[in-house]
Amino acid sequence: MSILINSETRVLVQGITGKEGQFHTQQCIAYGTKVVAGVTPGKGGQKMDGVPVFNTVQDARDKTGANASMILVPPPFAADAILEAIDAGVEVIVCITEGVPVMDMLRVKNYLATKPTIRLIGPNCPGIITPGECKIGIMPGAIHTPGGPVGVVSRSGTLTYEVVHQLTQVGLGQTTCVGIGGDPVNGTGFIDCLKAFNEDPATKAVVMVGEIGGNAEEQASAWIKANMKKPVVGFIAGLTAPPGRRMGHAGAIVSGGQGTASAKIEAMQQCGIYVCKDLGSLGRLCKEVFT
Amino acid sequence: MKIHEYQAKELFRKYKVPTPEGGVSNTVQGIEKIAAGLGLPVAVKAQIHAGGRGKGGGVKLARTNEDVTQAAKAILGMTLVTKQTGPEGRVVKTILVEKGVAIKKEMYLSLVPDRSTATVTIIASQDGGMDIEEVAAKTPERIIKVAVNPITGIRSYHVGRVMFGLELEKELMKEFSAILKSLYTLFVDYDCSLVEINPLIITEDNRIIALDAKMDIDSNALYRHPDVLAMHDPNEDDPTEAEAAKFNLNYINLGGNVGNMVNGAGLAMATMDIIKQAGAEPANFLDVGGGANAEMVENGFRIILSDSKVKGILINIFGGILRCDVLAQGVVQAAKKIKLSVPVVVRMEGTNVEEGRRILSESGLKLINATDLSDAARKVAEIVA
Repeated sequence: MSILINSETRVLVQGITGKEGQFHTQQCIAYGTKVVAGVTPGKGGQKMDGVPVFNTVQDARDKTGANASMILVPPPFAADAILEAIDAGVEVIVCITEGVPVMDMLRVKNYLATKPTIRLIGPNCPGIITPGECKIGIMPGAIHTPGGPVGVVSRSGTLTYEVVHQLTQVGLGQTTCVGIGGDPVNGTGFIDCLKAFNEDPATKAVVMVGEIGGNAEEQASAWIKANMKKPVVGFIAGLTAPPGRRMGHAGAIVSGGQGTASAKIEAMQQCGIYVCKDLGSLGRLCKEVFT
Repeated sequence: MKIHEYQAKELFRKYKVPTPEGGVSNTVQGIEKIAAGLGLPVAVKAQIHAGGRGKGGGVKLARTNEDVTQAAKAILGMTLVTKQTGPEGRVVKTILVEKGVAIKKEMYLSLVPDRSTATVTIIASQDGGMDIEEVAAKTPERIIKVAVNPITGIRSYHVGRVMFGLELEKELMKEFSAILKSLYTLFVDYDCSLVEINPLIITEDNRIIALDAKMDIDSNALYRHPDVLAMHDPNEDDPTEAEAAKFNLNYINLGGNVGNMVNGAGLAMATMDIIKQAGAEPANFLDVGGGANAEMVENGFRIILSDSKVKGILINIFGGILRCDVLAQGVVQAAKKIKLSVPVVVRMEGTNVEEGRRILSESGLKLINATDLSDAARKVAEIVA
């Protein structure tokens, strides 16, 4: 079992003919993902590594039954790409693109709120993977271990790879790993993923990776305290980040004393989350807590 | 991207938001001339991208011609230190001169995107001219917050909630309403991450004027705002950070002595944290991107080593789609080219890591291999201790 995606998921790629789109499509196919269609306006009818290309998402969905999308288009076109996928009824939309303007995402997020069955992951994220079944994103597939029991949800990219790698090294496989993205306004959040993990029988424990900025971790901690039936290990990056500076990710900023790592860690501890303070020992801590 | 007060006020005027009459100059004579044209008294205001300018001596009221000359001489070229500039301060190169106005009341007004509700939030208070964070902490009931959904845009009831909250006089409501609606339009049109007026004043003769103006524009949206891009002031950039930006590297100086180079922002932050936990101080944040290559590593070395405080470097790369052996070759190439002057601890993990480690150890360079993150932090902390 897993959350959101599995071996049945049929993926279309928006921006498949671009350099990034082509490369990561190949990587996803090599991992075993069912990539059934690509979309690039004006290039409909062509094939990209055997994958049929369509002019519109609606076309691609109608003709191939795709139910998930991976978006790899440049930032000025990303919001439109997401909206197009929403209107075509694609159920899981994964936007990898970094650098989408916040104002665009405010509009997308409010429109998305009117479509409760559709789930957006990202933008500015590595994507989502159910190891051994389906990879929609740019993460290295090989570091993952299929079969669970751990679900992973994170705001970061390479930091998630680090966490997954350590889990694999201590013998803990993963059900699904979701990178929700490092932007201030994104689609699926921590709580959405935690809810799904809570209901997924194969997921026995969760690792949650946060960072400075906003208060999503605090809200998620409160939700965990009230609802979570499974143990959660948490990690927060950015204890040494100076206030007022954006640390790479658009959303990673401590402003007006809000969004500090220490406040998040405190909230997590108060809500019964096992907080890992030294990233080097995260795998070992999970082994201890989860087995 | 932040812009100066005078630039923000240019945009305000474009949107019919009233500001005091004024002009900008970078010479004493120029300032005197503007003051003469406006008539006394005038406010002489340093233009730097930081709050707290008044307290730092960067804003002066001049009542006589001598006052104007004195203020101009004192502020032009001064190193202005405020709580937002850091101890090194900022050299003042540009001054805004504005006609003095008689103030009846000072208010606070700002717009920000709210990430958790995905709305544009209007924040207002009757307690203008003060530190708004302090007001929020001490008297939260004096803060009015109204969320505007970008799909509906600003409506009269939004404006009403702000105006009644501010206990505004009836005869000012029409004017205030027009100003707030314009500011909202400006905010959306220009992809702002902040528009702040502190204070927004009511004058003795009952007009509403934006006495100050602060604007921050979403860097991700600059491609559609060439006019804002043209407002960029290189004087405000940290020279090393600007140099790094040229190479598409994200660098922030932190003042310690352990340089570090990491791929990915989250992992870079976590690496800074672990250096600190090992008892050393990180010199910087440096993200070479999720898919770092040899050239990026070389540029990263250059940037880190331009900071003379750096006594040791930690490279932490998680090789994913970029294989560790390719990356190791990049590190070796860059290290040879740059003639490394400080010890470098390398921690690599991911695809083809054994091959990568072999390349590093056979390179003949003084690169110190670390087995894991904790080991890497310990080793680099020992070097700089």
